[in-house]
Amino acid sequence: MEGVIDVTTFDLATQTVRELNQFLHRPAAELEGREVVVATPNGAHNLAVGLNAPVQVTVQGHAGYYAAGMNQLATVVIEGSAGTGVAENMMSGRVHVKGFASNAAGATAHGGLLVIEGDAGLRCGISLKGGDIVVGGSVGSFSAFMAQAGRMVICGNAGDALGDSLYEAVLYVKGDIKSLGADAQIEPMTPADIATVAELLSAAGLKTAHDPAAFKRIASARTLYHWNADADQDY
Amino acid sequence: MDHSPSFPKRIQTEESATFDRTALDYIHNAAAHGLYEIRGLGAKRKLPHFDDLVFLGASLSRYPLEGYREKCLTKTVLGTRYATRPITLDIPITIAGMSFGALSANVKEALGLAATAMGTSTTTGDGGMTSEERNSSKTLVYQCLPSRYGFRPDDVRRADAIEIVIGQGAKPGGGGMLLGQKVNPRVAAMRTLPQGIDQRSASRHPDWTGPDDLVIKIHELREITDWKTPIYVKIGATRVFNDVKLAVHAGADVVVLDGMQGGTAATQTCFIENVGIPTLAALRQAVDALEDLNMKGQVQLIVSGGIRTGADVAKALAMGADAVSIGQGVLMALGCNHESYEQNGQRIDATADYAALGARPGSCHHCHTGRCPVGITTQDAVLEQRLQPASGARHLKNYLKTLTMELTTIARACGKQNVHHLEPEDLVALTVEAAAMARLPLAGTNWIPGVGAI
Repeated sequence: MEGVIDVTTFDLATQTVRELNQFLHRPAAELEGREVVVATPNGAHNLAVGLNAPVQVTVQGHAGYYAAGMNQLATVVIEGSAGTGVAENMMSGRVHVKGFASNAAGATAHGGLLVIEGDAGLRCGISLKGGDIVVGGSVGSFSAFMAQAGRMVICGNAGDALGDSLYEAVLYVKGDIKSLGADAQIEPMTPADIATVAELLSAAGLKTAHDPAAFKRIASARTLYHWNADADQDY
Repeated sequence: MDHSPSFPKRIQTEESATFDRTALDYIHNAAAHGLYEIRGLGAKRKLPHFDDLVFLGASLSRYPLEGYREKCLTKTVLGTRYATRPITLDIPITIAGMSFGALSANVKEALGLAATAMGTSTTTGDGGMTSEERNSSKTLVYQCLPSRYGFRPDDVRRADAIEIVIGQGAKPGGGGMLLGQKVNPRVAAMRTLPQGIDQRSASRHPDWTGPDDLVIKIHELREITDWKTPIYVKIGATRVFNDVKLAVHAGADVVVLDGMQGGTAATQTCFIENVGIPTLAALRQAVDALEDLNMKGQVQLIVSGGIRTGADVAKALAMGADAVSIGQGVLMALGCNHESYEQNGQRIDATADYAALGARPGSCHHCHTGRCPVGITTQDAVLEQRLQPASGARHLKNYLKTLTMELTTIARACGKQNVHHLEPEDLVALTVEAAAMARLPLAGTNWIPGVGAI
């Protein structure tokens, strides 16, 4: 990597996840500019969780649950696929999954950018709180459930109940939407929306693959924001 | 129909036991509004409870301790199973999780000050950790809730324990609510929500769905905290025996069990009164589960839901809890349901403000409105000034001291030098229901319903 001055490798064939994470929890000043390579991950859970430093982590294979969970500042690249809850509750930084992601990818993320090159499973971006998610493929059902803030760009299709009970998060979908969830609605794309999609595609490295104007905008109709007996809400 | 004066008047005006005044009010209200009632606090119906148990004090067959002289230890250690930094408390009475949002920042500060003075812990709630409570609390338990509102890794790292909330006794299976009146700018910003909306919290965690996933989730939190921080799992009392076992299997250091008398800031009344089981029944099942797994003493048990007095605490400990947690009683110590509030040493009458809510002191449950007459469950800039942190902390400290003295009084009377030595053998039940639920003999008999000869 350009600019990286020090590479440390943890081979999980012989070392433990505990050793890896303990190393990655060193003071930020000791980690800044380093690259940490995780070899032989074999789908181990909780890789590179709770990072709080501008360190680069490369997972050379598949990750299990909660890879890069609660990430702050770090850049984590997963060269394979990621299990449930990748980059859950991320605050900042960048998590890039080259393969597929399982359920609840980017759940409750407050900030940062999660890129998934392949498809994502159920509940992608559930309870999103400000993070950005770009999915190169499709997302499963119940994605962006109760998403509060932040943006999702979905280059493929979306499953059932997309954006159910949305708050202020905004979703952009290029392909088909099987169904929208309660209170989610398709809205016109404005020039600002097109610029947003372009910016996020560019940040994800997918700038040339998709036309930003070909996406649909999904946001909250805000009819669930207040109690209203006549709306027959199923609270 | 005979309406002659000679016709018996009682028959003409007989009230229905099924459709009594309460049921009529409920139906008329539902017909008028088309919405269920939402309220605060816990179950109001009469339930088998710790009142239905009494202690067998020492006598000829047991030797008591001198009440004034002999030491009776109250030290309580929680989180000894995996965490390298377990929690050590001076008393087995903790402050239950209650949110900033439901409560004002002043109240959260008062809780922290009193808990710290008494050497016990306080707990955050839905909506995240405030600087007021972190700074005022020596030992702060940080809740990880389904909504994850305001859940931040920096706060995970500065917490003394983490409590994964699966459910709450007032509403097991339900998510939280915070009505728009309480979603002020600060609350909204902490929760990343628009101001003034009627906020619903999720009832399921976003990134795990069952006990097998919870194993990995707990492991993640341990990795993030480098295995230092105790991890509690809080459950609302329903299928307690199985749920406690699953929590233990998932790797909990501490199980927090909240019975149906546990409070809430805002929940549907039908939920509060009809879902979940009483604390007394739940506690017995939780202890059974720990004993069944041979984990008693390794995984600590905290029980909550309607704990009011030192006697309640003693009974919970005798039945097998390691500590109790108090929410509603704590708020009442601060002045909840009091006729007046304290301002600069003066008591100021609040009954008119109760009346304006259609409530009165003694039976108010209008926490959900945010118009708390004594300034506790509010986010209103004027009302919240009615509870000053220093004065609230003084009252709460007095309450916790009283409970502790009552607890040790009972323990000494039972011949125990340590409150944790209280045991089921020290208790009997006054009702058949309590005897069956707590699996204790009915007073004056050897009979435990459901146990022994068929």
